[in-house]
Amino acid sequence: MTTNGNPPKTLFEKVWEKHLVRPQMPDTPAVLYIDLHLVHEVTSPQAFTLLRERGLKVRRPDRTLGTMDHSTPTTPRNAAGIIPVTDAMAAAQLDVMRKNCADFGIPLYDLGTSNQGIVHVIGPEQGFTQPGMTIVCGDSHTSTHGAFGALAFGIGTSEVAHVLATQCLLQNRPQTMAVRVDGRLHPGVTAKDIILAVIAKIGIGGGTGYVFEYMGEAIRALSMEGRMTICNMSIEGGARAGMVAPDDTTFNYVAGRPYAPKGAAWEQALAEWRTLPTDDGATFDNEVVLDANALTPMITYGTNPGMGMPITANVPDPDQLRDVSQKLALDKALRYMDLQPGQKLLGKRVDVVFIGSCTNSRISDLREAAKFIQGRKVADGVRMLVVPGSQQVKAQAEAEGLHEIFKAAGAEWREAGCSMCIAMNGDQLQPGQYAVSTSNRNFEGRQGKGGRTFLASPLTAAATAINGVITDPREMMN
Amino acid sequence: MEPITTFTGRLAPLPINDIDTDQIIPARYLKVTDKNGLGAACFSDWRYNADGSPKADFVLNRSEYQGAAVLVGGHNFGCGSSREHAPWALLGAGFKAVISTYFADIFRGNALKNGLLPVQVDAETHRQLISLAEEDPSAQVTVNLEAQTVTLPDGRSVEFPIDPFSRYCLLNGVDQLGFLLGLDEQVAEFERLHPGRVQTTAS
Repeated sequence: MTTNGNPPKTLFEKVWEKHLVRPQMPDTPAVLYIDLHLVHEVTSPQAFTLLRERGLKVRRPDRTLGTMDHSTPTTPRNAAGIIPVTDAMAAAQLDVMRKNCADFGIPLYDLGTSNQGIVHVIGPEQGFTQPGMTIVCGDSHTSTHGAFGALAFGIGTSEVAHVLATQCLLQNRPQTMAVRVDGRLHPGVTAKDIILAVIAKIGIGGGTGYVFEYMGEAIRALSMEGRMTICNMSIEGGARAGMVAPDDTTFNYVAGRPYAPKGAAWEQALAEWRTLPTDDGATFDNEVVLDANALTPMITYGTNPGMGMPITANVPDPDQLRDVSQKLALDKALRYMDLQPGQKLLGKRVDVVFIGSCTNSRISDLREAAKFIQGRKVADGVRMLVVPGSQQVKAQAEAEGLHEIFKAAGAEWREAGCSMCIAMNGDQLQPGQYAVSTSNRNFEGRQGKGGRTFLASPLTAAATAINGVITDPREMMN
Repeated sequence: MEPITTFTGRLAPLPINDIDTDQIIPARYLKVTDKNGLGAACFSDWRYNADGSPKADFVLNRSEYQGAAVLVGGHNFGCGSSREHAPWALLGAGFKAVISTYFADIFRGNALKNGLLPVQVDAETHRQLISLAEEDPSAQVTVNLEAQTVTLPDGRSVEFPIDPFSRYCLLNGVDQLGFLLGLDEQVAEFERLHPGRVQTTAS
């Protein structure tokens, strides 16, 4: 992009500056206008309570969208076509969500309706998520939407109230970090492996205070769904947001979606979106570089997403670490995981395989997994859950017959939602169980109290489900 | 919100790095619609056995740390999920401040909006505070928001950073929403100039 004599700017700077209602001052943060606010049942009730206490309205219900995903069950529908909610607390929380959306005029994708799904799947799918926007949600994986060149990040419930009432947020300007992934991925290595490698390299706090811009040949070559997987896990490196400059891949994905601009408005949008990519000569506060050619399938061995390694590697030894607190952290993680230093993870028996979550539950994830599963069986003693990210993904998968492939293999084909990523909806590990999961967090108890999570790609998950032990998907290709 | 200026309290040491918000309050306790009542579930999985009985050696269960007002956590405290239930749970468990060498930024922001002070100190001070808390559970520190200092029992004061706007709001007991509401005209002007493309209510 040329700069017409203006100082060169990054993608982040362009989006940030375009949304400043009031710049940052010595005593006050910047006031940032929010184009789209996504709301779900778990982090919003207390915000609506605050609005009621103060007698406030939602300023822009037309820029707000509600869905249900976190505490919703994913159990298959009953004979009446209803998804039964048997947990009384979850049922009450969903009722509160319905009432809040109705009282404040916010459109809601209610449980089981045709557009319902995980908040970070439905935004892009419906065309709400567009380049250059500011997007927030009371959910740290809001960074997903950055794949479109939007500035998107997770907020707390107080901030949910701020945005509901004023459509604005108080923000101190973050720093920028270029995350460059050069080269091309080998077969069997995916977007998930890129982001697990990035986080393993920088550590889970390495990106705190930064907005990432992912760039380089390997990122350009990814589909939008791959880019979403990468941006999704920016928060696992500590960054609140991750962005990818929009290009033809982006525009082709957005075009024709229900809420995408049409006709002359589309042309106008496109002209504007083409000015968003980082200018030549723009500088970042920090940079990290990876070589995609050198990447292999990745897997985590510990209890945070930074504890990842190539799937062929051995579990690291705490005694090899010089930093005492890191040594203690690794020791604690290995005790929780019941793993030995130096142990190989390949060949390790697992109890559960979970394909789903806002990281990897889109149609391409399900297609890739189904290709692996087709004609094969889930190993005895392994429970495999396949949970589409939205009702639209589910319908598309069913139209393609993917559900039959999963079911024939012995996997569970479930309704859309966060499911076993967050273990607050009935889908959870039992204490001591091991799971290979395509989700984003392997924290202690994240997938159920006492459960042990290995994070990996959908390919690695599918290969593992078939063998019943952790498997390098490359061994099963061709 | 009550104004916060200065308070004195005992320390509870939890020197573990990367304490994520799933540990502070596991997701299964998030099926609530209220902020209150989360204190008992704070650090639930580290605090209770499978049968619900308290784990005797966990810091929050030890008699000498009952009533502690300042949790001393490890580096990168509060990483992971954006759940504001984490500061709500810590406040519910009786804490007024958390001391660490580093805070994850969503947690920091959420804590500040609820009057839970994230007190970031250097590694050496942190080591001293952990030792102090472990060796003498009755030792007290004074946190002074006005001066942005934490004062150790030996009289030494260490400064901590806090953004001026959060500090102003906490000292005066006002929340940040009031400031945003006061910008109504500027927001309306911004909206007039930037009509936006997405309308969720259009069908």
